[in-house]
Amino acid sequence: MNGTLEKEGLPVIALAGNPNVGKSTVFNALTGLRQHTGNWPGKTVSSACGVCRSTAGEYLLADLPGTYSLYAHSPEEEAAREFIASGRAQLVIAVCDATCLERNLNLVLQLKEICPRLIVCLNLMDEAERKGIEVDIPRLAELLDLPVVGVTGRKKRTLIPLLEAAEEALKQPEAVRTEGAVIDEESIEARQKEAKRISEAVAAHKRGAHELPERRIDRILTGKRLGYPCMLLLLAAVLWMTIKGANYPSELLSKALYRLGETLSRALKAVGVPARLHDALILGAYRMLSWVVSVMLPPMAVFFPLFTLLEDVGYLPRVAFNLDKPFHRCSACGKQALTMAMGFGCNAVGVMGCRIIDSPRERLLAILTNSFVPCNGRFPIMIALLTVFFSPDSALLSSLLLALLLVLGVGATLAASKLLSATVLKGTPSFFTLELPPYRRPQPVKILVRSVMDRTLFVLGRAAAVAAPAGLLIWGLANITAGGRDLLHLTAAALDPVGRFFGMDGVILLAFLLGWPANETVLPVMLMVYLSQNSLSDGFSLAQIRQVLTANGWTPVTAACVLLFTLMHWPCSTTVLTAYKETKSVKWTALTALLPTAFGLAACAAVHAVAAALGA
Amino acid sequence: MENTASLDTLAVGRAALVLHVAGEDDMRRRLMELGFTPGAAIIPVFRAASGDPTAYWVRGTVIALRADDAAKISVAPERGAV
Repeated sequence: MNGTLEKEGLPVIALAGNPNVGKSTVFNALTGLRQHTGNWPGKTVSSACGVCRSTAGEYLLADLPGTYSLYAHSPEEEAAREFIASGRAQLVIAVCDATCLERNLNLVLQLKEICPRLIVCLNLMDEAERKGIEVDIPRLAELLDLPVVGVTGRKKRTLIPLLEAAEEALKQPEAVRTEGAVIDEESIEARQKEAKRISEAVAAHKRGAHELPERRIDRILTGKRLGYPCMLLLLAAVLWMTIKGANYPSELLSKALYRLGETLSRALKAVGVPARLHDALILGAYRMLSWVVSVMLPPMAVFFPLFTLLEDVGYLPRVAFNLDKPFHRCSACGKQALTMAMGFGCNAVGVMGCRIIDSPRERLLAILTNSFVPCNGRFPIMIALLTVFFSPDSALLSSLLLALLLVLGVGATLAASKLLSATVLKGTPSFFTLELPPYRRPQPVKILVRSVMDRTLFVLGRAAAVAAPAGLLIWGLANITAGGRDLLHLTAAALDPVGRFFGMDGVILLAFLLGWPANETVLPVMLMVYLSQNSLSDGFSLAQIRQVLTANGWTPVTAACVLLFTLMHWPCSTTVLTAYKETKSVKWTALTALLPTAFGLAACAAVHAVAAALGA
Repeated sequence: MENTASLDTLAVGRAALVLHVAGEDDMRRRLMELGFTPGAAIIPVFRAASGDPTAYWVRGTVIALRADDAAKISVAPERGAV
C-alpha cells in the first residue's frame, strides 16, 4: 500500500476476508466516496483505502484483497499477509459470510494467530435469514474469544455496532502473537476441524444448504439445454441496450459539446488568439476530444453498469463455469471468458480485468488476446459499414451481421490462445478452481452511480490525455503542406500500395494508424481525408458515408476487409499502455500489439486475394 | 465393505466424504484451504453443459473443479440409493 496511510496520522483498520463475502460493500458503506483505489506496490493486486468517519473520530480503512488463506502463493494472499505482518494496521476486521461460516472461519483462525487486534464482522445477515440460517453470535464470540458483530453491508445503520466494536477494540492493548504461524498440513487440517466444530456449534441450518432453490436456477443457467442460449441472449441483450441506449445521448452530447466549442471559439477570438492557433485548438484538439467523448461515453455508461450488475448478482462466475471447457481446450481457462466480455466494453478495462486470472501464463494469454473482441469504440464504424454495404434496408440483418462479427472475434480469441499456448506461452493448463457464490440482490442505484462516475472520469481523462493531442497532430498533418499537398494526403498516397495489397487503400490504412490513440477516430479521419477537408466535420449520416466511400472506390470487398481489420488490428494506445502496466514487459506489450495485427492483415490479404481470384 | 471412488466419478446429487487429496503440494494446499480436507462432506451439485467442470458443495460453499483435478481427490460415497 502506498505511504499516504501514515501521513494522515489516523488509526489504520484493515478489512480482511474471503472473496465474495461482501467485503467491498462493507468498505464502500464505511468510506462512501472518500476512497481511492490503486495497486499494491510491486504487484498487480488492486487495493483500496479510504477514510471512515464516525462519531468518535476518523479512521483509515484499508481493503485487503479477498483471500481464502494467508499461506498459499497467489499475489493476493501475499499482499494481504505482508500488510498484516507489517503491523501497519492497528486493527484487523475479519469480514465473514454468515451463510457459510465454516469456510470463512479458516481465515479467521489464521488471522487470530498473527493479528494483535482482531474483531469479526459477520456480513450478509439478511441472506442468512432468508436462507433459514441462524447464527448464535454470543456463543461464536465466546468460542473464538473475539468480538463478533453481525451486519448487513447493504444497510448502513447495521454498521454502527461494528464501528463501536472497532473503537472498543482499539482501546484495548495489543495481544501478544507469535511471529509466524505454522503452515504445514497438520495445522491446515487442525484449523479446518476447529472451524467445523465452532460453526456446527453456532450455526443452525434450517435447510440443507445444497438444496436451495438457487440450485434450480444454477441447473438451468449451466444446463445442457439453456446454459449457452441464456448466455448468448444476455450478451445480445447487453450489447443491444448499449447500442440503442447510447444513440440518443451521443447525439445530445455531440450537440452540447459543439455549442461549447462555439463558445470557446468566440472566447479565443475575442482574446485575440491568432487564427492558426485558434484553428489548431478548436478545429483540431477540441473537435477530436468532443467526438471521442460523445461517441465513447454513452455506450460505456450503459455497458459497464449492466456488466457490474451481472457481476453483483453473481451471474458472471456461471459464465466462466460454462465456458471453461472451450478455453481449457485452448490451454486457457474459463475466467478469460469474463475478461473477454469486459473487452466488449473497453479493451483497456478488459486487460486490467485479467487480474482475476490466477495463473501468470493464463493471465498473459488473456491480456494478449483481449483486443480480438471489439470495444464500444469500434461499434459505430462496424455498424455503419455493415449497414451501408450489406444491409441498408434491414436493421435485423445488420444486427445479425454484427453478431456474426462478434462471434468471429471470440473465435479469433480462442484460436490465438491456442496458437500462443503452442508457441511462446507453452505450459500446462494451471489448476483451476472457481467459487460460485450465492446469487445476491444487487444494489442497482449504487452500481449505476458509482459506475457512471468511474466511466465518465475514465473517458474524460482519456479524451484529454490522448484524443486532444491526437486531434492536434491530425489537424497539423492536414494543414501543413509540402509541395502543394498536405501531409495527410501525401502519407496516404505513400501508403496506398501497401493498403491495396490488403484490400484497402492508403487513406484507410492512414486512418487506422492515426486512430491508434482512439479507435473512434478512424471513420471520421477517413472521411475527412476523402473529402479533402482540413478538419473533422461534426457528423455524418449513413447516406453521406455511403456516398463518400463509393465515390472513392469502395466495394463490398473493401468494406469486408475494413471490417475484418477493425476487428483485428493493433489495440489503442490506452490498451497498450495498460498492457505494459500489467505485464511490465516490453516484449509482451509488443506482442499485444502485433498479434491481432498479424491476424487482421492475414485475413484481409486472404479475402482480397480470393475476391480478386473470383473476379470481384 | 470400504467404498472409495474418485471425486470426478461421483454422480450429481450423491453425497460423499473426502478421504484423501493427492497431487502436487501447491494444488493440495489450495484444495485443502478451500475445504477439501479429509472428513469434509461433499456433494456435486451441477455440471457444465459440456460435462466439465463440475460444481461441488463443500463446507458451505460451491466450488467448481475440472474433472482432471477432481480425479485426484478420493472420496467415500455415502451408502444408500444414488
